[in-house]
Amino acid sequence: MRGFYLPLVTAALCALAASSACARPSLYFWGRYEAMVYEMYAKPGQADPVTQTAKLTEDIERARAEGKAVPPGVHAHLAYLYYQQGNLAGVQQEFQTEKTLFPESAAFVDGVLERLSQRMNRQ
Amino acid sequence: MTRRGAGLYLIALSILACSCAARVDYTLYRSRVPRSILILPPQNSTTVVEASYSYLSTASRPLAEAGYYVFPVAVIDALMKENGLPTPDEMHSVSLNKIKEIIGADSVLYVTIQDWGTKYYVIGSATVVRASARLVDVETGATLWTGAAFASQDSGGGGGGLIGALVAAAVHSVLSSLADQTHELSRLATTNMVFNSDNGLLFGPRHPEYGSDKRGR
Repeated sequence: MRGFYLPLVTAALCALAASSACARPSLYFWGRYEAMVYEMYAKPGQADPVTQTAKLTEDIERARAEGKAVPPGVHAHLAYLYYQQGNLAGVQQEFQTEKTLFPESAAFVDGVLERLSQRMNRQ
Repeated sequence: MTRRGAGLYLIALSILACSCAARVDYTLYRSRVPRSILILPPQNSTTVVEASYSYLSTASRPLAEAGYYVFPVAVIDALMKENGLPTPDEMHSVSLNKIKEIIGADSVLYVTIQDWGTKYYVIGSATVVRASARLVDVETGATLWTGAAFASQDSGGGGGGLIGALVAAAVHSVLSSLADQTHELSRLATTNMVFNSDNGLLFGPRHPEYGSDKRGR
């Protein structure tokens, strides 16, 4: 009998845990951002900047199409992917978007862009 | 008071302290709710090398959904590495002044991973993620909040007997690699820690319930 109830109890507990998570509407459209960060470290072979840029851009467009907000960090992450590909216009634009959407990032974004332009001027 | 008396008194006091600790004091945190959280790659006290970065990649979502600006974890990590800080331990030792100056974060979440991965028993196995977290106010250096993340998944199967357990264990390892399983568990552990209604994070400025939080009241 005990063996019979255990899965039921487990299922009930899971439902409870899930419902507490589901009850909150998500503030953002997450897409594959975190999965991509994981891939970068866990499977670097499958995470080249070009493919990641394509995926992230697609996610941002999907968020826009569904009228949902892009999460903090996503545009900055895209900026970093552009940096890895030497696309400085992309770096600039995505970091600025991050700052516009999230003014909390202003000091960080301004600092990164300033150091980048200093480095460019030295070269 | 005799020495023995003092000893007993201390024991009584420490038991009291333990029972009080369950109730979290949010006074300081509530007075200084940060707008942004910098989460550094966790320190890792296990022998599983990938634990730190696997955990890191599950932390942004719960923190952001709790209403905080979360700095881009991989970008920050790359920036720190470029600046001569190759490991989480070194990143954790960066001064708050420096963090304020370079990143402009209101708070830092320092995480230490204590347990990570799968333990095998005679029948089946259990995958475990355990970590401790400390939210520090960058301006004052004060600890605003501490939390513990824990999740475990028993792949022994419930009530299916020996065969059931073996099948469950086999199916588990076929479906996803152990590393990926632990990764998902880590997401669950952090989400539960952040949203715990008794001792989770207060809702941040970007959350609709910011300011009307019942935690600690």
